[in-house]
Amino acid sequence: MTYLAKPRLHHPALSKNKIGYTRRDYEGAISTLCAGCGHDSISAAIVQACFELDIEPHRVAKLSGIGCSSKTPAYFLGNSHGFNTVHGRMPSVLTGANLANRELIYLGVSGDGDSASIGFGQFAHSVRRGVDMVYIVENNGVYGLTKGQFSATADRGSKSKRGVTNTDSAIDMVSIALQMGATYVARSFSGDKAQLAPLIMGAIRHRGAAFIDVISPCVAFNNHAGSTKSYDYVREHNEAVNFLDVMIGREPITAEYAPGELREVAQHDGSVLRLRKLREDYDPSNRVVAMNTLQERAAKGEIVTGLLYVDPDPMDLHANLNTVDTPLNQLGERELIPGAEALEHVNSALR
Amino acid sequence: MSQPIQRTNDFVIKFANVNGSGSASANMMFAKAILRMGVPVSPRNIFPSNIQGLPTWYEVRVSERGYLGRRGGVDMMVAMNPQTWDQDLKEIEPGGYLFHDSTKPLPKSKFRDDVTVIGMPLTEICNMAYTDPRQRQLFKNIICLGALSALLEVDPKEIAQLIGEQYKGKEALLRPNVHALQLGHDYALAHLECPIGLRVQRADRVGKRIFIDGNSAAALGAVYGGATVCAWYPITPSSSVAEAFARHCKRLRTEPQTGKNRYAIVQAEDELASIGIVIGAGWNGARAFTATSGPGISLMTEFIGLAYFAEIPAVIINVQRGGPSTGMPTRSQQSDILSSAYASHGDTRHPLLFPEDPHECFDMSTQAFDLADRLQTPIFVMTDLDIGMNERMCEPFAWDDSRRMDRGKVMTGEMLEAGTEFGRYLDVDGDGIAYRTYPGAHATRGAYFTRGTTKDRYARYSEEGPVYVDNMQRLLRKFETAKVLVPEPQLRPARQATRFGVIYFGSTSPSMSEALDLLDEQGLHVDALRVRAFPFSDQVSGFIAAHDQVFVVEQNRDAQLRMLLVNECAADPAKLLPVLHYDGTPITARFIVREISAKLAMFNVTPLRKVVS
Repeated sequence: MTYLAKPRLHHPALSKNKIGYTRRDYEGAISTLCAGCGHDSISAAIVQACFELDIEPHRVAKLSGIGCSSKTPAYFLGNSHGFNTVHGRMPSVLTGANLANRELIYLGVSGDGDSASIGFGQFAHSVRRGVDMVYIVENNGVYGLTKGQFSATADRGSKSKRGVTNTDSAIDMVSIALQMGATYVARSFSGDKAQLAPLIMGAIRHRGAAFIDVISPCVAFNNHAGSTKSYDYVREHNEAVNFLDVMIGREPITAEYAPGELREVAQHDGSVLRLRKLREDYDPSNRVVAMNTLQERAAKGEIVTGLLYVDPDPMDLHANLNTVDTPLNQLGERELIPGAEALEHVNSALR
Repeated sequence: MSQPIQRTNDFVIKFANVNGSGSASANMMFAKAILRMGVPVSPRNIFPSNIQGLPTWYEVRVSERGYLGRRGGVDMMVAMNPQTWDQDLKEIEPGGYLFHDSTKPLPKSKFRDDVTVIGMPLTEICNMAYTDPRQRQLFKNIICLGALSALLEVDPKEIAQLIGEQYKGKEALLRPNVHALQLGHDYALAHLECPIGLRVQRADRVGKRIFIDGNSAAALGAVYGGATVCAWYPITPSSSVAEAFARHCKRLRTEPQTGKNRYAIVQAEDELASIGIVIGAGWNGARAFTATSGPGISLMTEFIGLAYFAEIPAVIINVQRGGPSTGMPTRSQQSDILSSAYASHGDTRHPLLFPEDPHECFDMSTQAFDLADRLQTPIFVMTDLDIGMNERMCEPFAWDDSRRMDRGKVMTGEMLEAGTEFGRYLDVDGDGIAYRTYPGAHATRGAYFTRGTTKDRYARYSEEGPVYVDNMQRLLRKFETAKVLVPEPQLRPARQATRFGVIYFGSTSPSMSEALDLLDEQGLHVDALRVRAFPFSDQVSGFIAAHDQVFVVEQNRDAQLRMLLVNECAADPAKLLPVLHYDGTPITARFIVREISAKLAMFNVTPLRKVVS
């Protein structure tokens, strides 16, 4: 029951961020997902990312489709407006919302059924339009709410809980996002919050279409031997190409460091993406190289994670449409209605 | 042999052309020149789903009395398409005229005895005057126009003026066009018997009225309605709504200081995305619309249900065409009444507006945005191909500068800060409409989770039976509220009291006005009610109750408006007699008069005079 409220009392010693909010202020209702569901870890990473970026919760609009993943916006950012749309259609609703008010942060949460099957087209088209958004797919390779059918991201040859082998090719969301022109593309694992939270932070600060594929095991229907989306399988095959740290102006936000060479990418909004290279040959600024590398590694059975591609100076949909700086939903009669005199000119040209 | 028809300012001329031959602009100038002479015209494009090569027609009705519906029958055929010659020849009324290109002689069997044949060697004249094949084709249309101006006494100065306006600043195109016009005009005067029995004479019957297609008018209405987001997917016959919106916005909605746009137009990947974008924008407080046709409505239905149940404003301009399925994409029908009124699964109902002409397309399109915000629900503007894609003479657009957008019940950050109670689905004053907040309105109050699932008054998920029923009942109350907000029907009483009534709507209007005159001339008295919106106001059920028999005239097979009336007004089906025209051509006054007088005869009502045609 998603409307259960959590106690509002906070521990007095809870630390606050720069705008005076505690981490609890970024939480939502109690999750109704299964115990151990990867999706809850992603919600926690979203909470952490928003807390650390000092975002006012009500300046975020969270949108989702239908499915287990799409329920999660109820479990984080309780003071944000949320929209649980229809199956597979979150991207179009998010696009419209973004057009109406360019000043909010748009967080789209979806699943592999929602975005790779019924909503594959909307996913692809919202990305190719360059909608300024954070698009997270909580990817477990299975339909959870309808009890365990394969989804379109299930690997060929992987086995369902009932022992059926999947014979269809898998859709790799990250590859599609790259091909469709996403300007920030990452993959992570719900079991690795240290990697995931900074990737979400970088995506929030990105001014364009940011896509994150998060492998998020389904404990109820896809966490068995023979699954390629189980905790064990993903841990064994996870190949992180880099470790991200997001810096706003001054010092790094995340304290955890991994060994490796440092590379910094300044985003358009002033944030700096500090990438610690874990794989020497990986260059996240080159889309073609990124696509090739993904294909090569996938053929070897590796699940490549990390910040896979970033264009630090992207064009977003508003830039392409040349819309005014003021949000469209704040324009009034004076800006929108041309008036009687203009209409008389129209009339006289029609005689 | 029939006597050649002699008629001034009252005839039908039809141009048979080949698609893509450049005839459209010459045809339009022909119609507009007559209009400039103060004589009402109503032109109609009859075209196939094709870009080049298939036959098209342009039918112009000239009517000093101002009848703008399709009349039926043709007094003069301008037969420029050999492919449709036989069919075109058949359509001419006895005593009518046939104008054709006589460059290639045709056997006598290809003509009719009861028709005046006017041959002019158009191709030969063109080939002598021009060398470029494209020019030969284009100027042939203008030479033909020049000849017609001589034959029908359409003032060539008016046509020359129109050419001047069309090619303003393009001298290189202007001069040869005027020259071609003169060439045709002079040839006809020298070689043909001018004028013929059909003539245009200056009159003063147009006044301040304007000439525009319904799609452009609806798009202009969206500008004046304050729409900032338009999402659409190309589909005949609605595409020109979005294209016109782009054109109007470029002129009227560019921020002067920056050159930036006070609007956003997205050509989406399909109709699902179009309505999704509209709903997202509406949820976030922008006025948004889409334009589509029947197949698009079918695709949008899931989303329309979401907007109904989550209560999100949206405007859908439905330019109807012939269905079902792909149906007749370039023909006109009123066949999406039920699929729009009850679009989506579960119990849903949506307000529909029925404009009769481009003037009302403008008015109802602006009004639709107020209604959508006020009622927080999708509003359909139900036009059709006949109104949407043909230029129609209509009253000029009017605007009152003191008019303000009605944004409906929106709870602001200030109201939330002041402690006003907020329940997204809480009916505070009994009209069934609850306050909404825009995302980002307040830091700690007013946020809620919008969903298509069932919820309580405070937007909290609940599958409790009483909670669900409470919400569904409120939605019914809201629909009751809509009854008094939508445009009222228009009554045209008969000259004397009668137990017969007729209900009609939308593009049937001009033919119905003419039919009512004709019935009246025959001494057949019928009260008429033009329905302008759904939900039906009490006036509609009152009208049905006040008559023994009510004809319901519509352009679909299944009498969809009649079904809606039976359903929603609890009207006795035996009382409502369907008059149905659905072959894809616009309904005519002749058809309506024939149907209604035949049905009246069954009730032993006989005309004073015989039906004319």
